Amino acid sequence: MATQTMSQSETLSEDKRSDKTAPRLLTWIPTGLMLLASVLVIASIAFPYWGLVLEAPQYPGGLQMRVFVNRMTGDEDPRLDEVREIDGLNHYIGMQSLYNAASFERSIAIPAVIIMVVLLVVAAFLRRRWAWVLTLPAIAFPFIFLGDLAFWMNNYGQNLDPYAPLSSAIEPFTPPIIGEGVIGQFKTVAYVDTGWYLAVVAVVLVSAALLIRMLRSRAASRES
Amino acid sequence: MISQRLSSKLVFIGTVLIVAAVLAVVIAPKTITSAQGSTTDWQTIAEQRGLTEADLRAAAMTYTPSGVMDEYVMFASGGHSGQMFVVGMPSMRLLRTIAVFTPEPWQGYGYGAGEEVLAGGDINGRPVRWADTHHPALSETNGDYDGQWVFINDKANGRIAVIDLRDFETKQIVNNPLFLNDHGGTFVTPNTEYIIEGGQYAQPLGSEFVPLADYESDYRGMITFWKFDREAGRIDMSQSFAMELPPYWQDLCDAGKLVSEGWVFCNSINTELATGGIEAGNPPFEAGVSRNTTDFMHVINLNAAIEVYKAGSTVEVAGMQVIPLDTAVENNLLFFTPEPRSPHGVDIAPGGDYIVVSGKLDPHVTVYSFQKIMDTIAAGGFETDQYGVPILDYERVLEAQVEVGLGPLHTQFGPDGYAYTSLFLDSAVARWSIGAEGYRPQDGWSLISKIPVQYNVGHIATAEGDTVSPDGNLLVSLNKWSVDRFMSTGPLLPQNFQLIDIGQEGDNLQLLYDMPFTGGEPHYAQIIKADKLSAWEVYPEVGWNPLTQSVDPNAVTQGTEGVERDGNNVTVRMTAVRSHFTPEHIDIQAGDHVTWTITNVERARDATHGFSIPYYGISLSIEPGESITFEFDATEPGVFSYYCLEFCSALHLEMMGYLTIQPQ
Repeated sequence: MATQTMSQSETLSEDKRSDKTAPRLLTWIPTGLMLLASVLVIASIAFPYWGLVLEAPQYPGGLQMRVFVNRMTGDEDPRLDEVREIDGLNHYIGMQSLYNAASFERSIAIPAVIIMVVLLVVAAFLRRRWAWVLTLPAIAFPFIFLGDLAFWMNNYGQNLDPYAPLSSAIEPFTPPIIGEGVIGQFKTVAYVDTGWYLAVVAVVLVSAALLIRMLRSRAASRES
Repeated sequence: MISQRLSSKLVFIGTVLIVAAVLAVVIAPKTITSAQGSTTDWQTIAEQRGLTEADLRAAAMTYTPSGVMDEYVMFASGGHSGQMFVVGMPSMRLLRTIAVFTPEPWQGYGYGAGEEVLAGGDINGRPVRWADTHHPALSETNGDYDGQWVFINDKANGRIAVIDLRDFETKQIVNNPLFLNDHGGTFVTPNTEYIIEGGQYAQPLGSEFVPLADYESDYRGMITFWKFDREAGRIDMSQSFAMELPPYWQDLCDAGKLVSEGWVFCNSINTELATGGIEAGNPPFEAGVSRNTTDFMHVINLNAAIEVYKAGSTVEVAGMQVIPLDTAVENNLLFFTPEPRSPHGVDIAPGGDYIVVSGKLDPHVTVYSFQKIMDTIAAGGFETDQYGVPILDYERVLEAQVEVGLGPLHTQFGPDGYAYTSLFLDSAVARWSIGAEGYRPQDGWSLISKIPVQYNVGHIATAEGDTVSPDGNLLVSLNKWSVDRFMSTGPLLPQNFQLIDIGQEGDNLQLLYDMPFTGGEPHYAQIIKADKLSAWEVYPEVGWNPLTQSVDPNAVTQGTEGVERDGNNVTVRMTAVRSHFTPEHIDIQAGDHVTWTITNVERARDATHGFSIPYYGISLSIEPGESITFEFDATEPGVFSYYCLEFCSALHLEMMGYLTIQPQ
């Protein structure tokens, strides 16, 4: 009998709370989304943002380069440093070493991501109208990454060493940052990779959070 | 006479024309059909080429499409090429030549690099750069091939080489100071603790001069047990020892395994103590050595011999610790038992329990029971030979005899209780059944089938056929003569490796493929499952020294290249990468001593660079990651263009540089 009474009283109290539950949820959902976005951005560091496969007959399976926010690697094969191998091939057309590209950006990438995430976490809990400003770096980040990549690709393609073995055969060019390109007899396929997608999902989550907050504050101002 | 020849010539030409016309009529319609494309398929091709169903089966069993790897790998001796050959099976594609005792320019062996290894085979300070390689032995763990090392002997000069199967390169050559020839090597104990090298033509130990008249008293046979240090990857001469044997021409040996582990068995062919001298009216060796109806199989207690060696009961001869013959007899290290005349093979069955001997002038294989040998030794009470060695009674140790055919030589084993014996005089391979429990008791000790081979088979090899777990399926017959098997390329003919399918029971043995072999006499081979090998695709790290199998502290990194001078000593530090050497100008003076290091900094598979200096005889193969240091004296002034010997890239021709040597 006692248990029955208990459950009855619980049901009562829940009923009392129910009218406040929706607004509370609307407060915490954006916070949760932003925290989730923070986790995704942090996680994205561990994944490549961009990749390039260089296809040539004498490299069965192609040469694979993967670009992370702060580093570049080849495939998982530890014996062959494929970035170095691509560098070796690039020297024929006078392209600079890929290891020299975006070295400043790569050096500040990790602190920048940490600051970005800290701002995101602050924005998640901060109940201020201007809090959205703090999310801007995270929203812009994947697009800044691609923009910077495009800058360097262009820079590398345009500034070829005139004393390279094949300098007379290759005109300066701008390699595509996504999709197929051709350098000499090599076909290249460039694509955005897991890390970049995670960062974009984070952008979607943050945007959704901001949208919910905006709608809620509008609703609140209408009620008042 | 002339007219007769002319007319026979005319008849011949006429015949050829008629045959050609008939062929043209027969083939033409088919060719037209196939040109139309409507009936061109494999059956038509087979028909046109006259291939039978058996041929097509053979093709299906051996054809290996591009990019598909072989299932087995055969390590074949290169005979008097002094090298070893690696052949993929069933495709029978030559995968690799391994330079062993003889300089080989493609691998850059003995032309600036590898000199240190070759020098290990110098005899009394004299460079001997030729060998007659005979019996390769793959390293074993628990009596099974482990794919880590392979060893081979030089019959001509009594030497042993060690090859590392991580890079398939020769790491060590040791010269046996006791003997100038060997035949009974190489064989390994079941865990490769020792590499066995038996001698052949008796001689005074240590190769001193003794007249042949003193053959009985002063000439000796020997067997050497080389200690292999797996960790170091080298034979440890300081832990190796030999045993003095009567001058009976020990021929082949095999190490016991499983029940017979710790024992070694060798045969001998000259218990007659013949010393030849056909020119003086003596029986020639071929007769003198074959006179007795039996010779002696040697039964050696290796474990006990190791104890005797460790106890210090040895004498030093030419720097080698030797257990004297009388010490061996006193300590029960050596026993004999008669074996059919002029035996050539002694092969131990997979269980280690039976020892198979073939007397090449006796049509049987003779099978001894290890257990019976042990029982007979334990019973004691022996006769002895003239050197005091106890002789085990033949009847008491014999298990069975199987009549297999003429000229039986060598035996290998299958997984199913079959044994295979080569028959030199029959030019055939016999399949017979081991009638004992654990083999094929249902068939008894009997001949099952024979398959002709072309021609004069010596050794045979079945896949892992001398291990504790033979794989079977394929057998290679190593034929000495090919006669009419291949198109004539002049009077010097290749040998013939014949691949035979032994994967089916009973009398189903099928010849699959002939592989001409042009590198000396491929004496013996061992076949290992390919998945047991795991060779490096490129050297593990840049700057690798294959001799130490570690990064060389002298290796050159990019950006640190250059030329340094210290008096007359010039050090060149160079890197190689597609498509340039750095530096490209080396300016030195006549009289300089040059120490030149080149590191190939490539990591791509197959990006090998060669290096050559004309006149100075330098030819290097610098594989991806490898670092090589060579030295020479700049005796001749002039301009020497060095270049990459491998076609490494489209700009390979440009991968060169100038070495200028100013006159003094």
